[in-house]
Amino acid sequence: MAEGATSILRFEHVHVAFGGVDALVDLSFEAVEGESRVILGAAGSGKTVLLKAALGLVRPDSGKVFAFGRDLTTMSEQELFDIRSRIGMLFQEGALFDSLNIEENVAYPLLNQKSIHCPPEQVHPRVVEALEFVELGSTLEKFPSELSGGMRRRAAIARAVVTEPPLVLYDSPTAGLDPITAHTIIALLIKERDVSQTTTLLVTHRYQDGNLIANFRYNSKQGILEPAQNGNGRGARTTFMVLKEGRLVFEGDQDSLELSNDLYISKFVKQRE
Amino acid sequence: MDTIGVGSLQIVAITGFFSGAVMALQMYHALASYGQMGKTGQLVSITLVRELGPVLTALMVAGRNASGIASELGSMKVTEQIDAMRALGTDPVQKLVTPRLIATAVMLPLLVVIADFVGMFGGWVISHFNLGLPSKQYWTTVWQALDWTDICQGLLKPLVFAIVISLIGCYYGLRTTGGTQGVGRSTTQAVVAATVLTFVLDLLITKIFVSQAT
Repeated sequence: MAEGATSILRFEHVHVAFGGVDALVDLSFEAVEGESRVILGAAGSGKTVLLKAALGLVRPDSGKVFAFGRDLTTMSEQELFDIRSRIGMLFQEGALFDSLNIEENVAYPLLNQKSIHCPPEQVHPRVVEALEFVELGSTLEKFPSELSGGMRRRAAIARAVVTEPPLVLYDSPTAGLDPITAHTIIALLIKERDVSQTTTLLVTHRYQDGNLIANFRYNSKQGILEPAQNGNGRGARTTFMVLKEGRLVFEGDQDSLELSNDLYISKFVKQRE
Repeated sequence: MDTIGVGSLQIVAITGFFSGAVMALQMYHALASYGQMGKTGQLVSITLVRELGPVLTALMVAGRNASGIASELGSMKVTEQIDAMRALGTDPVQKLVTPRLIATAVMLPLLVVIADFVGMFGGWVISHFNLGLPSKQYWTTVWQALDWTDICQGLLKPLVFAIVISLIGCYYGLRTTGGTQGVGRSTTQAVVAATVLTFVLDLLITKIFVSQAT
């Protein structure tokens, strides 16, 4: 990472437990501005809890979570709303509101986040823009139940990024999707990252997702993904983390990850073979 | 309000009608032992306004709406919609609990008033057509039996029940865990808790009113 880069998200010795079962154990890391962070781990390793702690949805039993320099662990729910307006979140199954159509779902953060201040006449154009970004411009009137799994996930991405947050968290965006749709979703994540220059945290159990994030960039002129050729070695802006039973067992670049002899870590890397 | 009020109207009216009819039938024969059949309307009226109207209506609404609220919010909880709401800058209590509390608190007393009148009508149908009581006598005793404390008791109870029913539905819904199985569990717990608490609170409120009257 570049020296002196601005810290966007920092965990300091965070410990979270539910009913005596540890979900996160002594977790510390720091994500800086413009960085992509791929968090790998098996089911139940604490990946989702990590993202929820980053949003202040889960309060740590001990340790501190800093987002944009502010300590989330000492803030009230009302104070957290301000921080959350600067963080986009894609939930695992999309978490679109069943009772609202797609337009209302995507407009929800613009209308409800007090610190966004979006004039009413700009809500519709921004919603349309966000939906066209994820290639769902024709689904405004549809309800989530009328869309396929991949389309729901894309609509949820539109809702997560419609406020143009500087930090976006993605919770298993490709889980349960076929390979082609999964590739489309990851391509959208890369497009969002490169067009809006956002800091990205991607939780996944698929190494392929992290590999794409680390090694491809969006060519805005041609509108396609292309291999990253930045001269700084592959995946220079991407850090990989591996969680095991709530503990951080690896943090580093893709080369180090692939060279690891750890049996648990190498299982994720071998997935692509 | 539409779901809780208008949606419950049919079941509440049916329950009220048959409660009043059964009360008239039972009370007529009980009063016949003392030769006081003419007071059938009085007993139907007092029983409905003070007890059966509020309690039976609350039980219907508990079965219909506490379960509905718990399952709706429970489904939202297990599909992370509640977390999404918080992440998108909304307080779920303000957005989900408050409207349901207000809707139930407004609609349940109104439903009780309707159930009371329909029940009195049911009592009249049995008294007039089956038992041969004069209509004027029935309605006069129904009207004269009630005083302001009965009306207060009959409206305070559903207000308290409404608060309890809606909050219990929301409470069990918002603390749902464990997927669809958890939603079913929350729904059952909400109905059981709301039903039991309705009876307990009914006893407490009745005790307060009875103590003040003596």
